This record gives sequence, structure tokens and C-alpha cells, in this order.
Amino acid sequence: MSSTAGASDPVRGPERPRFPRIPRPRLPRARTPRPESSAPSATPATPGAGPHGEAVLRVRGLVRTHRSEGSAVRALDGVDLDVDRGEFVAVMGPSGAGKSTLLHLLGGLDRPDGGQIWLEGRRVDGLSEARWALLRRRSVGIVFQFSNLVSTMTVADNVELPALLAGASARQARTRREELLGELGLADKARAVAAGLSGGEQQRVALARALVNEPGLLLADEPTGSLDSRSTRDVLRLLTRFHEQGRTIVLVTHDARVAATAERVVSLFDGRVADDAAVESAPRGRRTTLADVLELKG
Amino acid sequence: MRESLLALLAKEPAHGYELKQALEHTFGPAYPQPNIGQIYVTLGRLEKTGLIRGQDVSQSSRPNKRVYEITDAGREELAAWFEKPTEGPRVRDEFFLKLILAPGTGGADRLALINKQRRHYLNTMRGLSRLAAEGRDNRVSQLLIEGAMLHLQADLDWLERCQEELE
Repeated sequence: MSSTAGASDPVRGPERPRFPRIPRPRLPRARTPRPESSAPSATPATPGAGPHGEAVLRVRGLVRTHRSEGSAVRALDGVDLDVDRGEFVAVMGPSGAGKSTLLHLLGGLDRPDGGQIWLEGRRVDGLSEARWALLRRRSVGIVFQFSNLVSTMTVADNVELPALLAGASARQARTRREELLGELGLADKARAVAAGLSGGEQQRVALARALVNEPGLLLADEPTGSLDSRSTRDVLRLLTRFHEQGRTIVLVTHDARVAATAERVVSLFDGRVADDAAVESAPRGRRTTLADVLELKG
Repeated sequence: MRESLLALLAKEPAHGYELKQALEHTFGPAYPQPNIGQIYVTLGRLEKTGLIRGQDVSQSSRPNKRVYEITDAGREELAAWFEKPTEGPRVRDEFFLKLILAPGTGGADRLALINKQRRHYLNTMRGLSRLAAEGRDNRVSQLLIEGAMLHLQADLDWLERCQEELE
């Protein structure tokens, strides 16, 4: 699978040759009309956004309505969000609040019914599927709850494939794969077939795959949702490390332990942003909340 | 504190400072450091009620230390403690009072209360994660922290329920 010359994407990037599409997990895709630029009139500054940082992501008035059997549900009802370079943002909320819908819109896996999305300063909400495919190859990495690896391929091939598809040489792809697997503690699994790995290992491989093209933005949808607590800890440690290396992460979760790894938590409720706040470690010491929470009353 | 000291003394006699060290050693770094003054006060009370017995031991170059051992009454008390099931944690009732009583007072609205409480829980959660990352080698500590995190997660889930029902 390593020689990948061939054409399928109708739209090519400015400087890269054509390559076939990356195998993508099957996700519900919206069959809706093209988005109209009919955002709500006001686009106020989003609370919680850094005043000086460079916005990797800018979202204004995002609306998405799911229609089924005559009834319409507003999954997103006017969401504004700015994410600066290097930020690690968790999106929380009850099920049905619109978390996953938001993430799918940000990754171009679904299309909004209204509002705008800018990625690295470029308007992307109206892009074609083909252009989104290119964006996901280079600028946006995505990890889902289930790793969606190509189960019959080796770990190494799973990770290298997107790099090759994005135009890296075989040697570059291998180097990046070796680096990432090393960092993820999976160096000895490179030759293993993906299907033979544990859930936690597969999810780490999925993370490596999402990061192999060094995307400016990593999107994660319940990345620990199907993992036990030890694997969850591993994945969280990796996300934290990638964040410390300056990567931008937007993560959707209902798990507060996961959300608290981020430095900022956006709470969605009924398709709107209910709260947007920085998370800081509670202070330690004897007479603090932390001590109070850990005190064993006997 | 009472029962912890009784349990430690049921294993072997000890003086106050040894008990402090034993508590720290047993529960690991996550457990808030026991206060030595509190330990001495508790030992005094246990002795007064006959659950432990103290004896002064002279030391050559330092003041006497008082070594305690558990009595039969103390062992009975301890057995009763192990026998009794432990109450589960209670709902954070003070927050619930605020939430229910807030409307109409002009003091706060419910969404603001919920948001404030959620931020507080998340900050606590982050603090616990940090703590867990530091003491990864101590299993007792890890379990203690994990328990606290699960409780917090439940508090946060419940906060969501409050928001769904009351908004």
C-alpha cells in the first residue's frame, strides 16, 4: 500500500500531486443544501478566547439542524468559538447538547446550515468534500471514539499511509512513523497487524495516524470513550504531551476527568455555549478544596 | 482519626509521632498530612475513655515519650467499626439549597450558579489529575484520588441533570 500514485481527488492542492483518498471512518454525512451565509446578525467576541493569540479556529453563529420524519432538531443553535494556536480546549455537555455535531462540522464531516468556520484564517464552511479531504490530510487530524484503523494492515502502514497520501516520501513517512510510535510507546508493535492490538493500543495508533502530518489542529471525539481507565490515562498523557509541544487540540467528551486535562472547557447545552472557562488546578495544601476532597472522614 | 489510630495500635503499640508517620506512610502523599496536635488530642481522649492505655517511657537525652497500646475495650470498638457498613457520600446539599432557593432572591440566577459550580469541580478535577500524575507509584494514593475523581464526575453529571430539569 505504500506506492500511492494515482488520481481520485478532483481538486488538487497548490503544490502537491494527486493521491487517492484516505480511508475514512463511516460517519453520518449530512445531505443538506449548501450552507448559506446567514449567520445571526451579531458576532460578539467569544468569552474565553485569548486576546493576543493567533486564531487557528474561528466559528461564528454556527447552526445545524437535524431533520427526521418531519421534525427538526437544532443540534447547534448559534455557536461562536475561537481557538488560538496552542490551546487545548475541551467541549463538554450532556448527550444531545451538540458536542459531536460541532466537532464533525469543524472537521468537515458534516455541513452547517448556517454560520461560518475559519480555519487558519481561511473560510472553510462552504468547501467541497474534496477540498475538505485535502484539509483533513494536511491541516486537521481527527481521532474518534473507535480507532477506525485499517484492521488488516500493520500498525506501521496505518500510520504511514496518510503521510504518503499527503505526498511524503517513503523515507519521511517512515521517520515520522518511528518517531510517533516511539513517543506513544508502540515502537515494538510497528509490524503487528492492527486488529491484534488492544483497544488502548489501537487508540494510540489512531492518535499517531492523526498526528503524522503534523496538523495545525487535532480534533478528538470521545477519544477515550471506549477505553478502560488505564488506557484512558495513557491517551490523556499523550494529549497533554502534544499540547505541551504547542499543538492545538479540540476535544469533545462527557468525561470530566478527560475535560480537566484541557486548559479551557466549553460547556454546550441545547446547542449553545452555556459556559466557556479556563481550568486551573485547585490549590493544594492542608486547608484547600483538594485536601477537603481527599480527606478520609473516619 | 479515632478509628485510624485504634487500627494502627491494634497492630502494635506506638507513640504519637510514630502514629503520624505510619498514617503518612500507609495513605501516601495524596492524603492530607495528619496534624500532630490533633493526633495527641485524639490519643488523650481515647485514653480517657479506656480504649487505649498509655505508658511513659524515659529516653536518655530527650523528654519522656508516651507509648500507647490498645485495650480490650478498644479492640471491641474497632471490631464494631469494621462491622458497621459505611454511609455513602451525600449530595452536595449546600449547593442544592442555593440552586433551589436562588430564583426570585435577586442574588443569583441558576445558570450562573451551575456554571460557577462546574468550574469549581473542573478545577478540583484538574488538581486531582496533577496529584495523580505525581504519585503514580503509590497505589493507595492512586486509589484515593481515583475515588475522589469518580465522586466529582458524579457531581458533574448531577449538575447536568439539574440544568436539564431546571432551565
